[in-house]
Amino acid sequence: MGEMKILGGGGEVAFTTQFDALLAWARKWSLFQYPFATACCGMEFFAVASPRYDIARFGAEAPRFSPRQADVLWVVGTISQRQAPVVKRIYDQMTEPKWVVAFGTCASCGGFYDNYTTVPGVDKIIPVDVYIPGCPPRPEAVLDALMLLQEKIQKGVHGEPVSVPPKDPLSQLRRKTKPSR
Amino acid sequence: MSKAAVSRLKSHFGDKVLASSDFRGDDAIEVAVKDWVDVATFLRDDDKLKMNHFVDLTAVDYPEREGARFDLVLMVRSVEKKHRVRVTTKVADGTKPKTLFPVWSGANWAEREIYDMFGIEFLNHPDLRRILLYDEFIGFPLRKDYPIDKAQPLVPYRDAPGLTKLPPFGIDQGQPFGRIRWDDRLREGANGSGRAVSPSIALQTGERRALSDSEVAVAQIEELAMRVEEEQRVKQEQEAKKDAPAEG
Repeated sequence: MGEMKILGGGGEVAFTTQFDALLAWARKWSLFQYPFATACCGMEFFAVASPRYDIARFGAEAPRFSPRQADVLWVVGTISQRQAPVVKRIYDQMTEPKWVVAFGTCASCGGFYDNYTTVPGVDKIIPVDVYIPGCPPRPEAVLDALMLLQEKIQKGVHGEPVSVPPKDPLSQLRRKTKPSR
Repeated sequence: MSKAAVSRLKSHFGDKVLASSDFRGDDAIEVAVKDWVDVATFLRDDDKLKMNHFVDLTAVDYPEREGARFDLVLMVRSVEKKHRVRVTTKVADGTKPKTLFPVWSGANWAEREIYDMFGIEFLNHPDLRRILLYDEFIGFPLRKDYPIDKAQPLVPYRDAPGLTKLPPFGIDQGQPFGRIRWDDRLREGANGSGRAVSPSIALQTGERRALSDSEVAVAQIEELAMRVEEEQRVKQEQEAKKDAPAEG
């Protein structure tokens, strides 16, 4: 929050800020989520919510199973063609402002399903804000995605999907080949 | 193990048992479609067979086969006698076999699934509707002449730039290699060097769209491989330089 300044002195403290920045700050730390878990990625989502990784640290611990009370739609897992109308309807029922996270490879691009059953990425039916790679993703990747989303909310960016930064395979190679000392 | 079952069937039905096999204790017989329900009823009711466990009923498509195109495959087992048998029959496209629902009620959903996936209709079935797919679906997806990557979306896809079937992240993440590159498969099949491809898939190549951006993916993979090689080469050179003065 670059815009917030704290003026202190003489025992008095005052905050000056922009209203939009304050609102974005409030929004990004109290995300109510709608977990649309359909497949094995759901397990990994539970892991993120549980105390070890503790999504509550980011103010996003409250799941809301009514789309009208939710801010973020987590699409967790494979979406079949038959489920597509349901996802679309849930997204339409959510109130603005709303964000969508595609959790895992299947939700991002259909995974290895390239046939009559599966929607090749939920972005084909609803706009997605953050993609998380992995089959399933590690909880760290999910938290990474949440922080990217918070960044987007703070900046007020809409309609520019981002992906959790990919690990450079060369960096892993370097680590493996580093001589032991 | 269930040799007795097969010999019992043979002695009762005689020539109606068209073929039988016992590959590694997996006993199977083949009958004609007209005897389908008779054989099933006998399997259930005979004192020596007592097949009271309906395991599965499914179908296989052989589009290149002369005459009857589909195989119906029935797997049943006796809980009491501890034996099992597989019964197959050949069904031509458009032929309607009788339902097995009166014999084993479990056949109800199995036959609905066969209808859903292969389009085989069963006579006298109580409720022959699609069971897994939606009513708007046209065609039968497990027939081998159904295009393998053809989807029939219920929700029209968004029209936004840059939307492809390729993942929006790096090729080294999220198992993009799980997808089959059919062009390569076909090439291998033609050379006789790789896995064989079903002739009906090979027939489709004309109308099959190659995986939308497979060329892009191949380029990405090759680029990555080159980067890794380059990295290793540079590293080896550096090590060689490091070692040289130490020796001198």
